[in-house]
Amino acid sequence: MEKQTDLAKIERSAAIRRIVLKTVIYIMLSFWAIMVLFPFYWMILTSVKDYGKYNSEFIPKFFTASPTVQNYIDAFTTVDLAGYFANTIIFTLLTTAAMLLIITFAAFAFARLEFKGKNLVFTLFLSLMMIPNELMVITNFVTITNLGFRNTFTGLILPSITSVFYIYLLKENFAQIPDELYYAAKVDGTSDMKYLFKVMIPICKPTIVTVVILKVIECWNSYVWPRLITDDPAYFLVSNGIQEIRENGFGRENIPAMMAAVVVISVPLIVLFLIFRNKIMEGVSRGGTKG
Amino acid sequence: MKVVLQNLTKIFPGKSKKEADQVVAVNDFSFEIPDGKLVGLLGPSGCGKSTMLNMISGLQKPTSGHIYFGDDEVTYVEPEHRGVGLVFQNYALYPHLNVKQNIMFPLQNLKGKNKLSKEEMEKRVTEAARFVQIDSLLDRKPAEMSGGQQQRVAIARALVKMPGVLLLDEPLSNLDARLRLQTREEIRRIQKETKITTIFVTHDQEEAMSISDMIVVMKQGTLQQIGKPQDVYDDPVNLFVAKFLGTPPINVFEGKAENGKIYIGNDNVLYAPEVRDGEVYVGIRPEGFIPDPEGPLCCRLINIEVMGRDMSVISANNSAVSETVRSIINSDAGIDTDSEFIRFSVKPHKIFVFDKETEERLY
Amino acid sequence: METGKNSWKAWLYLLPAINFLGAFMVYPLVDVFVYSFEEGYNFASQSFFGVGLYNFSYVLRDPYFLQAVKNTLILVLITVPLSTGFALLISLGLSSVKKVKNLFQTIYFLPYVTNTLAVGLVFMILFKKTAYSDGLVNLLINRFGGSSVDFIDGPYWAKMFVLCFYTIWIVMPFKILILTSALASVKEDYYNAAKIDGTSKFRTFTNITLPMISPMLFYLVITGFIGAFKAYSDSVALFGVNLNAAGMNTIVGYVYDMLYGSSGGYPSFASAAAIILFAIVLTITCINLLVSKKHVHY
Repeated sequence: MEKQTDLAKIERSAAIRRIVLKTVIYIMLSFWAIMVLFPFYWMILTSVKDYGKYNSEFIPKFFTASPTVQNYIDAFTTVDLAGYFANTIIFTLLTTAAMLLIITFAAFAFARLEFKGKNLVFTLFLSLMMIPNELMVITNFVTITNLGFRNTFTGLILPSITSVFYIYLLKENFAQIPDELYYAAKVDGTSDMKYLFKVMIPICKPTIVTVVILKVIECWNSYVWPRLITDDPAYFLVSNGIQEIRENGFGRENIPAMMAAVVVISVPLIVLFLIFRNKIMEGVSRGGTKG
Repeated sequence: MKVVLQNLTKIFPGKSKKEADQVVAVNDFSFEIPDGKLVGLLGPSGCGKSTMLNMISGLQKPTSGHIYFGDDEVTYVEPEHRGVGLVFQNYALYPHLNVKQNIMFPLQNLKGKNKLSKEEMEKRVTEAARFVQIDSLLDRKPAEMSGGQQQRVAIARALVKMPGVLLLDEPLSNLDARLRLQTREEIRRIQKETKITTIFVTHDQEEAMSISDMIVVMKQGTLQQIGKPQDVYDDPVNLFVAKFLGTPPINVFEGKAENGKIYIGNDNVLYAPEVRDGEVYVGIRPEGFIPDPEGPLCCRLINIEVMGRDMSVISANNSAVSETVRSIINSDAGIDTDSEFIRFSVKPHKIFVFDKETEERLY
Repeated sequence: METGKNSWKAWLYLLPAINFLGAFMVYPLVDVFVYSFEEGYNFASQSFFGVGLYNFSYVLRDPYFLQAVKNTLILVLITVPLSTGFALLISLGLSSVKKVKNLFQTIYFLPYVTNTLAVGLVFMILFKKTAYSDGLVNLLINRFGGSSVDFIDGPYWAKMFVLCFYTIWIVMPFKILILTSALASVKEDYYNAAKIDGTSKFRTFTNITLPMISPMLFYLVITGFIGAFKAYSDSVALFGVNLNAAGMNTIVGYVYDMLYGSSGGYPSFASAAAIILFAIVLTITCINLLVSKKHVHY
């Protein structure tokens, strides 16, 4: 019977160790969750604080008893936040739509059609994936400037409406559709174009949705290229708008109004994320990076 | 080591907290496995046999009941302190380690007074590898070996720490038909030589019957029957066990008992005075039929498949539960293949009678 | 099928993509090298007066560039190991809990879908010391007996700390996501096998988990290096567009400043700097790949 108690003792100490470990893990996870959430909390909190009160708080308060929407009104009236918003929406929609069309055709050609030099062209496409964007921005800037497209939507959109990576992603998905479907459609006299729109695109809708979501995130957050190409606030996107607000807007010190603008800019993507959580996370793990 | 299971029950909570969602994987299970035996845990998939195995190994804890290894209760003991070896269905060999490193892995975990010297480990690994005849493959990675070889490595890894109980989860299911025969002989040999109490799980009754000292038949978490394979086959306790064992499977007819006589349709096939009057199922093993022009059971002849030593007579009977009745008959028996009907007499020890409601054995 | 006959059709489908890629990827790629060797290129008149390596030697001697290289290197060396290691810890924690795992995962991913510039402002406010308030972080430091530091306009190490902190905050979601799914893809059986054999938690981690997820880990390190070398907008978000004045410029920032902005108008210098950056990234990536070949076993 001695072995009995022995085992029991071992089990008890193991159980204690497990509980301690679990606690440590939960503390760590909660810690990082707070680190992530706190800036968001602070941004919302500050955005509803009264301007005068905010400035008189040497020790910032962690809550406010009298929330105000005045800052949001300021954000939309003092600076052209609505304009930045509209610009960004137009830019995002146009870029995503144009890109979708171009990459769908390209992916269709690579996946479905036979032509001379297909493998060579595809390899060349893939090798373009390795080249960092920074190398191309310089000449593109010069090209767009020379074409007189600075401060136009054309100039903003043109360089970002093709993506080798998305062509690749879509082509792989298209290629999984069995050949029989294509031959069956051919026998029925379906044209290539019709086959693409009536069969391939509906089948590959999940991938296309993923691409759209990733592209929308990318567009909404794009900063570098718009900054180079626009210096007229009438064409600013939200990122540039925020930067402009930071440098000049609201008389620099109206931080609550600034935070209101930040909240307004952040909300659309967060809402999009909360709705399409699984799609977005899956899409990102399949091919997104940040930076 | 003797393994005793006492009133073992495992309930998995459902998705919601409602009782209706609960899944009872193992229900009030008790049996004793004598030391040094090879036991086959047999049942259709989803009958809880893997859960049983996991509870014996300690990976899952029972909801209630007790498990004893020898005289020690191990119900709530963590797996590493139970001294069991477990061979996984897909072997779970570490893909980044070679065969030698894989087999040595459990030995390197030993701590304190059990710690082994390097030479000792090498020796044990070589012994284990030689025992399962993979000593020439020690430098290979799992991906570079066939399924059968991987299986041997997995067994060697389980044996190397000299477990008191060896557990195998569907050990043959990932092998092709030819390797299966070979490997099951191998498992039998290893068990005989090591004399380790071995429990393996399978859904293939042929596999279980062919090598086990004892089989345990399960259905939906409850124990049906335990015994030597031949005993269980010859003397099933209920319709489920009768149907589950044997290939080709037993033929089942709807019948009735009247005044001690058992009828299939209007044919009186058996005299069994202890069976009370009522509706019954009658089961007849394929080898229980004897072609006999005077025999009581009449079937429509459909086809005869010749298999050399034996032949398989396919016929139909309106009372049969399945569409065809299959009987195995010595090929010497002359059968008129052109006739429309065939009559059989039945070997009395190959026929079973079951209650229609409870499906319990009546005769 | 009939090759050749319908060839022109295929090219038609490809035409838009090829045109845009040609104009905005292939041509610029060639051109950037051309620019980098054209000495004294004048943007207004589009003329130059020589060909040679002057642009490179100018950039390599420019104190702003050297500062940018130093900043970038510090950023890379601090954030890549820290963020990868911390993400691994969090992912291990995540994969060992069942309750509220989804909630945690959702929260951890939030920084990925936020605008770098916008949230950067929040960080600036949290860390900044102004006439009205020392900022929340400084108050925390005071609470623990330290004295206030201006993290945004103050000493170099303080600014670098904020930049690294913000960069890690931004890159964590991607790393946690990838590592969590890598950990989830390790089959339960391996852990069960290890458990049966009495393997300690630590040994299970080093001998089973780590080798199994090593391909993903190296992928993260490589993409992490590349991403960190291209850092720019995080720095702008915290310190404003005039990064040279703040002493917090990065190599990419230097390229853009040379191209455009207060000190801009020099595509040749910008090209030279961009090519140097590309060379550095390429070298590091090759080294990474060589190391990973040695250590990733399958």
